[in-house]
Amino acid sequence: MIGAGILKGMAVTARNFVGSYFDKERLITVQYPEERNPLPENYRNFPFLIYDGDDPHAGLRCVACKICEKECPPQCIYIVKSDDKKPDYMGKPQFYPKIFDIDISVCMSCQICVEVCPFEAIKMDKEFELSKRERFNALLLRKEDLAKPNEYYHKISPTAAAEVDAKLAAAAEAAAKKKTAPAAPPASATPATP
Amino acid sequence: MSATVETLEAFERPPVSMGSRLEGELLEVSMGPQHPSTHGVFRMNVALEGEVVRKLKPVFGYLHRNHEKLGENMSYLGSMPYTDRLDYFCSMTNNWAYALSVEKLAGIEVPERAEYLRVILAELTRLQNHASLLGFLLNDMGAWGTPLMYAFREREKILDLFESLSGSRMMCDYMRFGGCRCDTPSGWMEQARKIVDRFPRFIDELEQLVVGNEVVIGRTQNVGVLSPELAINAGITGPMLRASGVNYDVRKVDGYGFYPRFKFRIPLGEHGDTYDRLMIRVLEMRESLSILKQAFDQIPPGPVINPKVKIRAFRPPVGEAYGRIESPKGELGFYLISDGGPNPYRYRVRPPSFINLTVLEDLCLGHTVADVMVILGSVDIVMGEVDR
Repeated sequence: MIGAGILKGMAVTARNFVGSYFDKERLITVQYPEERNPLPENYRNFPFLIYDGDDPHAGLRCVACKICEKECPPQCIYIVKSDDKKPDYMGKPQFYPKIFDIDISVCMSCQICVEVCPFEAIKMDKEFELSKRERFNALLLRKEDLAKPNEYYHKISPTAAAEVDAKLAAAAEAAAKKKTAPAAPPASATPATP
Repeated sequence: MSATVETLEAFERPPVSMGSRLEGELLEVSMGPQHPSTHGVFRMNVALEGEVVRKLKPVFGYLHRNHEKLGENMSYLGSMPYTDRLDYFCSMTNNWAYALSVEKLAGIEVPERAEYLRVILAELTRLQNHASLLGFLLNDMGAWGTPLMYAFREREKILDLFESLSGSRMMCDYMRFGGCRCDTPSGWMEQARKIVDRFPRFIDELEQLVVGNEVVIGRTQNVGVLSPELAINAGITGPMLRASGVNYDVRKVDGYGFYPRFKFRIPLGEHGDTYDRLMIRVLEMRESLSILKQAFDQIPPGPVINPKVKIRAFRPPVGEAYGRIESPKGELGFYLISDGGPNPYRYRVRPPSFINLTVLEDLCLGHTVADVMVILGSVDIVMGEVDR
């Protein structure tokens, strides 16, 4: 019978329409600004820099090795190395970035900077509501905007942050053992346990 | 090509006047690049006689991003996120094809769990690509919104899986040379299994919605027939080739990854028309589901990445390699030549939808303008891949 196929299709749409009142699986719209789906733990958006402790300058893990700048596919990172050195989390004097800019209008959130960083200094943020009224300076994040405390990293991705902390603590312990007795282990500078 | 066009210029500025139209000459229309049914910025110069297509010239390149040259000036790893942007519907298969060719080039072993994960992700990608393609195809036919929204509802579930695994819905950037970037989070496999178990409900519904529909049958059967001879000669691959009845699937032919370990069939069409191309996707989704179920049962625990592969300063030995996989759209291949440096000397993509698009004129000749959109929709193109 001609038209039977169309009626069958209509039955499907009717089932979906009526079902949307009863079946959660058929009504999947989330009214975004009011309702929000929780972000998955692995969600990534733009990178940020981690610092330990309270001082963004003293605790910054980045040592300006410029590996991320070199490996970044769209070349959105710009780093200028400092002239002097400051002690890092293991008490070793290290350089720090005098300038660390990320142009998030260029960044494509590929996470390669996180993977190549040997110091666990750069991680992916989950902040995604970043619309700005200005195109250029507002989307160019400076060192001050990028530096965020380790507690923030624990808040956004607890599992990964705990792993990183354990790894850093193990590295600090190994370094302290290597130095043996004369050098006092810089316990105060190790990353704070969560 | 059956119709010949003398010069491109003659096509660009057609000498159309009212008089020539009345005398029965061809009317030349530029469809696109801003056209809702061209799936991106794609233009077709169509010469019409009344409503019937007499010549058709596809014009592309509006989305050209210099992908291959960028790849030659970037480290091997740096190209990986760019491959997501080729066919932005199936970033997982793009990643796999690129990782496969680099692994061939450098002779890298992949752990077992990673191979299974890759198969799972590739088949999930195939599911969501075919589902959304059918939605778009019906959208082009005039079934505004409804099938597309149903398809996107299912697609979104799979994209949620990708997001919780890789961090991004579409630009996954998940595979690495020698495995995958990270292991699945806890509960991911169960969630994936649940979605796969529920998926047949959607396919049944979609079949009920469209397969027996008289309008769909009238619009698609005997429209855009692609003969097997032409398909083979033009290098067509993927569902479009199989809809013409040619049994060729890289999963079976090459047996890359762990595909030889799975039992699945290759659905084949008979007529090579648009209806066959539509149905072959429905059948392929069912086969993908069976592969997925086997993979969920077989996947072993273990590492997901080969620890010997260096992330920084990765330099494969001198040589060349061509890695190809069966992406949802056809054979996707990456051809790499290494001179031993950190960048590939030559980086070439064989995009399936670009090559499938070359027979568009042969499919469309003799059909009406309205059919051109349906035929184009059944070819399954993504302009990010066509123009690169």
